[in-house]
Amino acid sequence: MISLAGRDILHGWGKFVFTGLGLGLLIGVTLTMAGVYRGMVDDAKVLLDNSGADLWVVQQDTLGPYAESSSVHDDVWRSIAAMEGVARTANITYLTMQVRLTGPGARDVRAMVVGVTPDGPGHPGQPVHLVAGRHLTRSHYEAVADVATGFALGDTIRVRRNEYTVVGLARRMVSSGGDPMVFIPLKDAQEAQFLKDNDAIVRQRARTAQNPALNRPGVPGLLDAVIASQSTNPYVNAVLVQLAPGYTPERVAEPIRRWQRLTVYTRAQMEEILIAKLIATSARQIAMFLVILAIVSAAIVAFIIYTLTLGKIREIAVLKLIGTRNRTIAAMILQQALGLGLIGFVVGKIAATFWAPAFPKYVLLETGDTVRALVAVVVICVLASVLAIRAALRVDPAEAIGG
Amino acid sequence: MSISERPLAGARSGEDLRSQHTHVAQSASKRAVGIHIDGLRKRYGSGDTAVDALKHVDMTVAPGEVVGLIGPSGSGKSTLLKCLGAVIEPSAGRMTLGGETIYDEGWKIRDLRALRRDRIGFVFQAPYLIPFLDVLDNVALLPMLAGRPNAEARQRALELLEALDVAHRSRAMPSQLSGGEQQRVAIARALVSRPPVILADEPTAPLDSERALGVIRILNRMAREFDTAIIVVTHDEKIIPTFRRIYHIRDGRTHEEAGEGRSIE
Ligand SMILES: Nc1ncnc2c1ncn2[C@@H]1O[C@H](COP(=O)(O)OP(=O)(O)OP(=O)(O)O)[C@@H](O)[C@H]1O
Ligand SMILES: [Mg+2]
Repeated sequence: MISLAGRDILHGWGKFVFTGLGLGLLIGVTLTMAGVYRGMVDDAKVLLDNSGADLWVVQQDTLGPYAESSSVHDDVWRSIAAMEGVARTANITYLTMQVRLTGPGARDVRAMVVGVTPDGPGHPGQPVHLVAGRHLTRSHYEAVADVATGFALGDTIRVRRNEYTVVGLARRMVSSGGDPMVFIPLKDAQEAQFLKDNDAIVRQRARTAQNPALNRPGVPGLLDAVIASQSTNPYVNAVLVQLAPGYTPERVAEPIRRWQRLTVYTRAQMEEILIAKLIATSARQIAMFLVILAIVSAAIVAFIIYTLTLGKIREIAVLKLIGTRNRTIAAMILQQALGLGLIGFVVGKIAATFWAPAFPKYVLLETGDTVRALVAVVVICVLASVLAIRAALRVDPAEAIGG
Repeated sequence: MSISERPLAGARSGEDLRSQHTHVAQSASKRAVGIHIDGLRKRYGSGDTAVDALKHVDMTVAPGEVVGLIGPSGSGKSTLLKCLGAVIEPSAGRMTLGGETIYDEGWKIRDLRALRRDRIGFVFQAPYLIPFLDVLDNVALLPMLAGRPNAEARQRALELLEALDVAHRSRAMPSQLSGGEQQRVAIARALVSRPPVILADEPTAPLDSERALGVIRILNRMAREFDTAIIVVTHDEKIIPTFRRIYHIRDGRTHEEAGEGRSIE
């Protein structure tokens, strides 16, 4: 047998390659969109993995530290640590904000500031994947930053009113929103979450002092105590829990829920919250894009194949007149559509692989998505060639004889 | 320009090829009939706008014979070729091809596509070669599509191209050929299945007189070599004197007359 489609493509390869290139860039965008979604899911999973926690203890009836604001008293961890099946606990705070790099080349970086107890590696909440420097060891004014922030060891950064020295750099430590993380000691972070500017503090003090209930003449020290309690922050966003070997998450979570009157999420539940709730809207946004891109790609393939076929009406009439089967003609058009799709797919895959690292947020090109895209391209090409095949089959062989 | 004067290489190999091509092979007695048309009529449309393109056509072409079909514009020449070529259905009458009745007040053959592929060769005013296939594959296309091995089909095509003196261009693309060369390739394509009938619609129109005569010479030779019945529709004054028999068609009716039969060898 002879492949009419192949010969036609070889004959007019320029046309095919250029069309395939255009289609390929479109497919590349489609693959990248899927990669952006996968990257978001992966960021969420990495966030959970990196936290090193098996359970997240959060404020009652909230969705935890990532999806909703949650505050838990910073001494709760003690009673949790004493419960059966709990190996280690750690207080943690999260605050997404602008972090300022000071000194020459000063700039703002959007980052998720994480407050951790400087316990060293292995403890829940600590930065992992350190690529340079060391972990936090002091309780104040040190920071470990993700490399994506662009900070270098020894840089001085400003979080709220305090300055921190970057002592370590980590990799792949990002929030579920893709912002790089900056780890600072827990005490500083609690303050940063709460700290007001000086004027506000002065006004707050004056207001408290004017309140006769809080400033009783006969009770010395009351005002000081009230003011002290007003200007400290005894809360954290969550308590991370690591299980002792041999305990299932549910078995440990249940007593914490019952006795501490707190909400506890297991790893699976947390993942559900992040993926099904937090990034659900973004996912639907991307799905919309994918649908539109698929339709546009289909329209392009259909249009190109239809035009190419119309350009061959005369030849098709001759082929039919001399007795070529309809099947052969349909196969020729279908193979051309598939050929175009395959060129586009290869170009798209290469393009996506090349430009994915340049994206600011993580783009994860999964093999599964690539295979799905290939299947989609094949299906789209088959559908797109239907129009052209119908036109070709309607050609009257008598046209070849003419008038 | 002269068309090859050397004897046809296909004389023996043509026989060999025909015997390979069993689904086309016809018994000698059946082939003796060639084309026979009897009281053929064709009406386009119906009611007030109906056009009787063919009113009464009788025609007989023996195997190995080349007849001319001439007539003024609108007389029904193309319509007759389309009926014979089984691409439009006549309204009444009878058509016999190689002894087999293909139309008798209705098609007598189910697969008209296979009928066209195996028994009818077409040559058009324009060669209509497939632009993305080289000359050899243009000729070899039909047997290849019919499932013959590529090598065998190309071998057969090459023999025909040799006979038609275009074998040296067999690897060229159609767009690189002169008009006369293209027309010879188109003739080779029409002949490749060794059809008992060839229908040629103004095959010499775009050619100068020498090339036009060359094409007619080839058609005559092919008719003799392969026992093919050939009908040539033409307006071309240069070639009309070469026919031994001519059918005039006027207003949908045919009249047979003797031609000059001028020698062109
Ligand atoms: N599809 C059609 N529908 C209606 N009438 C048609 C159709 N095709 C041809 N006719 C008419 O049938 C008559 C014969 O047409 P035909 O094409 O066979 O002429 P012709 O002899 O080939 O003419 P020419 O030498 O100009 O090619 C003409 O009157 C034409 O108008
Ligand atoms: Mg005509």
